[in-house]
Amino acid sequence: MAKVKGAIVVDTEACKGCEVCIPVCLDNVISMSTEVNRKGYHYAYMSNPEACTGCTNCGVVCPDRAISVYRVKVSV
Amino acid sequence: MELIDIIRPENQVFCKTKLMTDIPLSYCPGCGHGTAHNIVMEVIDEMGIVEDTIGVAPVGCSVLAYDFMNIDITQAAHGRAPAVATAISRIWPEKYVFTYQGDGDLAAIGTGETIHACNRGENIVIVFVNNGIYGMTGGQMAPTTLPNMPSSTSPYGRDTTTMGFPLKMTELVANLPGVYFVSRQSVHTHKHARKAKKAIEKAFENTRLKKGLSFVEIVSNCNSGWKMTPIESNIWMEENMFPYFPLGDIKVDGILK
Repeated sequence: MAKVKGAIVVDTEACKGCEVCIPVCLDNVISMSTEVNRKGYHYAYMSNPEACTGCTNCGVVCPDRAISVYRVKVSV
Repeated sequence: MELIDIIRPENQVFCKTKLMTDIPLSYCPGCGHGTAHNIVMEVIDEMGIVEDTIGVAPVGCSVLAYDFMNIDITQAAHGRAPAVATAISRIWPEKYVFTYQGDGDLAAIGTGETIHACNRGENIVIVFVNNGIYGMTGGQMAPTTLPNMPSSTSPYGRDTTTMGFPLKMTELVANLPGVYFVSRQSVHTHKHARKAKKAIEKAFENTRLKKGLSFVEIVSNCNSGWKMTPIESNIWMEENMFPYFPLGDIKVDGILK
């Protein structure tokens, strides 16, 4: 059976830490970092990378398009 | 599978469209304008009409749209974007012309231009971002401010006995015969953003078919103006804005729903 594995890459300098990507992530992959970027915003990161399915929900709602999404099919 | 095996160019399924420049957006964190900008640009990119598209930026928060949108774009005087778009579309009838306007621009100072451009049925697309407030100038009351909603010029809430009622611009223009497609959408969740993208795609498709004016309203948040966090403002918008500004298609193929 094929399973989908995903990953996100956050442009930490573009992220403004608005957190709108967190409620739309159905797999609770994203959290906010404790560190800040150059503008002083906490940025999003993958706190639970195992659960990511690459559904692109976070990317679609990101106002600054700081999130790129990658997806690959893996056979189990 | 390791992350390094997943994060490869051939596995990329979503990234920022190349029709948005690398200039950081000037909007507040969580503002719906950014998502709306990106959705419009993604539609233009996917339809392959970038060489034939001319945008008109408004006055307001989105005045700098010409810096962010990597397409041919001009900027009109306050509220006059539909008039400028009319001229462009009449000079180049084969071009895709769109305006991107906020509620202070379209529903306040530009009401006359908007209604008459709609009434003439110009072959343009109007993207109307409604956040119920004047965002750029400091959160003053706009024509679309909800009853009892506080703003910096109505600190005790909009009193409808003296300040009137919110203007439902989208319903207003839907009644005009020149308008072919009217829809109200939102961009705060993935489902809404995808629906909004479909509506904007349909609007540009109508321009291609020379059907007349297409009007897409995007109900957005203004977390700074509403004095809330982005997530709180999205919840507030769902609870308060959507009952007054219900989402969905209002006029499809020239027929009111």
